[in-house]
Amino acid sequence: MKKALVSMAALAAVLFAGIALAQSRSAVGEVEAMRELMRGFKPSGQAGLSRLVQDEVQQFCSDPGWQRNKARIAAIEGQQLAAVKYPADGKLMGNWKAGESIAQSGVGKQFSDNPSQPSGANCYACHQLTPQELSFGTIGPSLRNFGKTRGSSEAIQRYTYAKIYNSRAYSVCTNMPRFGHSEILTEQQIKDVVALLLDPESPVNK
Amino acid sequence: MTRPHKPVVAALLFAAGLLFGTGAHSQDSTAKALQEYRDALQDGNPAELWEIKGEDMWQQPRGPNKVSMEKCDLGLGPGVVKGAYARLPKYFKDTDRVDDLESRLVHCMVSLQGYTRAEATRRVFGGPGAAADMEALVAYVSSQSKGVKMNVALAHPREREAYQMGQKLFYYRGGPHDFACATCHGEDNKRIRLQDLPNLTSKKDAQRAYTTWPAYRVSQGELRSFQWRLYDCFRQQRFPELLFGSDASVALTMFLARNANGAAFAAPAIKR
Ligand code: HEC
Ligand code: HEC
Repeated sequence: MKKALVSMAALAAVLFAGIALAQSRSAVGEVEAMRELMRGFKPSGQAGLSRLVQDEVQQFCSDPGWQRNKARIAAIEGQQLAAVKYPADGKLMGNWKAGESIAQSGVGKQFSDNPSQPSGANCYACHQLTPQELSFGTIGPSLRNFGKTRGSSEAIQRYTYAKIYNSRAYSVCTNMPRFGHSEILTEQQIKDVVALLLDPESPVNK
Repeated sequence: MTRPHKPVVAALLFAAGLLFGTGAHSQDSTAKALQEYRDALQDGNPAELWEIKGEDMWQQPRGPNKVSMEKCDLGLGPGVVKGAYARLPKYFKDTDRVDDLESRLVHCMVSLQGYTRAEATRRVFGGPGAAADMEALVAYVSSQSKGVKMNVALAHPREREAYQMGQKLFYYRGGPHDFACATCHGEDNKRIRLQDLPNLTSKKDAQRAYTTWPAYRVSQGELRSFQWRLYDCFRQQRFPELLFGSDASVALTMFLARNANGAAFAAPAIKR
């Protein structure tokens, strides 16, 4: 509910305070383009039109020339990292078996999905993980033996948790979603996926 | 409607076994088997059934006005179907907008046949047990461009505007997953799970992808239009629903169709 209000506010800001925002011609253009875009879609299931309102990072990364802006890249990465919420109980690793089914599941957030069901992460859409699963995608690097090669020190656990929570903290325009930041996965689900990558008992490391 | 379709049935049974019957195929053997069933279907793509139905719908008097679509101008003059799809989308004076095939068909159903817009777009994609008239019309018209080189113009300012908007939309990241079309279709030789992803920013892949839609989808037992492909990719992108015939939809189609220029149109095809 709170999130919905925040995004509605963002939407209203873009659409109706356009004039205030639009000090420059390009800002006017942006607002007009946004209006035009929104007319091309209709809300469906859980996917409302507010999903078309970009945050700062999405806007930055929609410009195919984003790589040239080195200063912005560093600034945004820093800001995304600073906003990572680590678990209050200090435990970063959950259960790798639960993590495996989260990594397998591709449901969640589509207009065709039931919003009362938990989302999956669909890590296998983009990554190789366990040797048993042959149906893996290649948009991201292979994560086979991730824990075996890196260990499972506190520092590695923190990096892995943060990478899954907000992939942009380390690579601003990555194709990987921000699973914690964008509330796709819960804290417990992220811990379980961290275990899938780092637990020595996990098939990822066998 | 009485043409024999034996090879179709045989190939479908084969394909069904292939897709749903067995467990873990290695990727190579899956690719090989897919190629085999495509070959088996060469003389009998079930898309033919949609083409025949669409041709019938094109010629029969329909709608409140009881007229056929044979006066519909798809860009090459009233009634000219041959080669029309390979030149769409384009700017039309009478609607004062850039239209793609589907938005043009809706226009003709409304202006010639007397349907309301709502009636003309009530069922644009087929579902289980219920094919969509729109997809039949699209199958027929597009089949009449088989072998014709894609030749989409950017002559009119509105055509250039549509192309630019389409390009912008292609790179537009949003939603809970931060996805854009470019996330899944911006690099060579990538795949999601085992499904190959065309790099729609490269000429070769863009040509192959665009010229092979509409397609009969074996896994769905349905003929699917290019508009359906866009609609379903936006669903996976976690965006809201793309509105059929909207400026955004036509613009994205313009961007992709234009990038396919020079390649021979080869649909309706057959796909996984
Ligand atoms: C849509 C594609 C996509 C999905 C889904 C995805 N990733 Fe990624 N991932 C990437 C890409 C691309 C990279 C490389 C660029 C980068 O570092 O962000 C990456 C990088 C990573 C890295 C850093 C690797 C390293 O060497 O440090 C980790 C860890 C990771 N992903 C884990 C996951 C996990 C776990 C999931 C599921 C919860 C997941 N990813 C889902 C695309 C994806
Ligand atoms: C999250 C991933 C994802 C996103 C985002 C995505 N697609 Fe796709 N797209 C796919 C997959 C997977 C396939 C292949 C499906 C199959 O083989 O059945 C595909 C297939 C296609 C094809 C057909 C290719 C062919 O050769 O048959 C086209 C064209 C296409 N997408 C265009 C787009 C456009 C345009 C967008 C943006 C609106 C988009 N896609 C967004 C995953 C995606």
